Amino acid sequence: MEVQHKILVLDDDADWLEMSRDILSQLPSKPEVRTATSGKRALAMLDAEPFRLLICDLKMPRIDGLQVLTIVRRRFPELRTVVLSGLEDDEFRSRAYALGVDMFWLKTEMQGNLQMYLECLESLLGRDQAAGFRGIQSKGLMDIIQMECLARSSTVLRITRGSLVARLWIKEGELVDAEAEGARGETAFLRILTWKSGTFENLPAEPNRERTILKPVNALLLESAQAIDEKDGDAGVSNETVQIHRRTVWKLSLLTRAGAEFVVAVPPEGQGAHEAMGVEAQTAGQYAQWTRRATAIIKRMGDAVDAGPLLHLDASNLERRLLLIPGENKNFLVGWLPETGGGLLEKTKKLVASWDS
Amino acid sequence: MGLLNNIFGPSAKRAGVTQLPSGSITVDRTGKIISSTVSSGYPVDILQAVGKEVMALMHEAHAAQMSLAEVSVHFAVLRITARELRGGAIIFLFPQTALSPISN
Repeated sequence: MEVQHKILVLDDDADWLEMSRDILSQLPSKPEVRTATSGKRALAMLDAEPFRLLICDLKMPRIDGLQVLTIVRRRFPELRTVVLSGLEDDEFRSRAYALGVDMFWLKTEMQGNLQMYLECLESLLGRDQAAGFRGIQSKGLMDIIQMECLARSSTVLRITRGSLVARLWIKEGELVDAEAEGARGETAFLRILTWKSGTFENLPAEPNRERTILKPVNALLLESAQAIDEKDGDAGVSNETVQIHRRTVWKLSLLTRAGAEFVVAVPPEGQGAHEAMGVEAQTAGQYAQWTRRATAIIKRMGDAVDAGPLLHLDASNLERRLLLIPGENKNFLVGWLPETGGGLLEKTKKLVASWDS
Repeated sequence: MGLLNNIFGPSAKRAGVTQLPSGSITVDRTGKIISSTVSSGYPVDILQAVGKEVMALMHEAHAAQMSLAEVSVHFAVLRITARELRGGAIIFLFPQTALSPISN
C-alpha cells in the first residue's frame, strides 16, 4: 500500500497558504497538506506528528524562516525542506542552502515554472528517507561538477549567481549540455566556470536532453583552468598564487592525458598533507590513510618474508583498479577505471614520475 | 689450520638466508591458515604473519570504503597475490626470478 505523505506549509500569509494548498493538491502522489501561520505553531505540529516535507517562507514575524530551519535541521534531520520565499537577495538563498535545505524557490519563479516546481516536490517526496547526505557548503563549482560526474549521476544542476541562472545537464556522469547567459554547449560551460560564487541545486534528470558537449568533463575543466590561469597572470595576481595555480593545472592535465581517474600523493606521516586530484576531498582523505596503513603493513610483510623492497601494489574491485607506487618522498595511489586499456603499470609510473617535476 | 672448520664447521654462524615461500595458503577472516600448499619446511609462523597482514590490508581497504576483490603486492623477489574468498582470502606466493613475467 502506498503511504500518503504529509506536507507542512509555513507562511504568515493566509491567502498564500490557501493557494499553496490548491497547488499542492495537483501533486501526483496526493499528499496530505497541512498549514501553519507561525514558526512556533509549525514546530509544535512537527513535534506532534511526522511530516515528510516542510515548505517554509523566510520573512515572518517573531521566528523567521531561517530560525525555524535551524531548529528543524537539528530536531528533524530526516525532514525534507524547501524554502519558498519572496526575498530575491541571493544572500538568503546562500544562507538557506548553508542550513541544508533541499531546495530554494522564489515565489515569483515558482508561479512561472509551476510544473517544474511540482516535479521537484514530487521527487523530494519520493526519495528514500535514509538515502544520501545533505549540507554541502562552500564547495567550488569544479568540485561540485566533478562530484556529480564521479558519482555517475544523472541530474540537472541549476546554478544561480545573482540574476544569472545557468543549467548543466549531466547524464550518467557525463556532461551532455550546458546553458548560460544565452550560450549553449561548451561555450556556456566555460562561461559558468568563470563564476566565482553562487548557489546550486539539483533538479530532476532530463535523460532525453540533446547532447551538445562531446569532450570529457575533465578536459573542459582543464581548458577552463588554463584560461583562468592566463587571465589571472595578466591581471597581476601574486606570483605565488599563479605558481600554485599553474601546478594545479599541470597536474590536472597530467591526469587527463593519462586517462587516470584520480591520484593521491601521500607523504610519510607527519611530513605534510596529502595531495589529491580527481577525487572528492573526504574520499581522498580515506584513500591517503589507507595508503599510509597499507605501506606500513606491506613493509612488515616484506621484512617477515625477506622479500626485498616494495615495487608496487596492484589491487582491483568492480569499480576500479588501483596502483600504489612508492616514490622517493611520497607514495602514490592512482585509480583507473576498469575500461581503461592495458599497460597501466607503465602509465602509472610515468604519471608518478612527472607529478612533481 | 682449522680455517675451513671455523667457516663451515658446526660452530660457524649460519648465513641468515631462507628460501622464499612458493605455493598458496587459504586464510579465514582473522588471517588464520586453513590450508596450505607451501612446503612444510617453510616456517609456519612466517606464513601465518603473511596471512594476518594480507587480511589487515583488505580490512583497512574496506574501512576506507574501497573493498578490494584482489590485491597483488610486488616485492623485489616475491609476488603475493590475494583474492577475497568468503570473508577470508586465498593467497598465492610466487618467488620472482629474472624469468618471471612482468605483470601490467
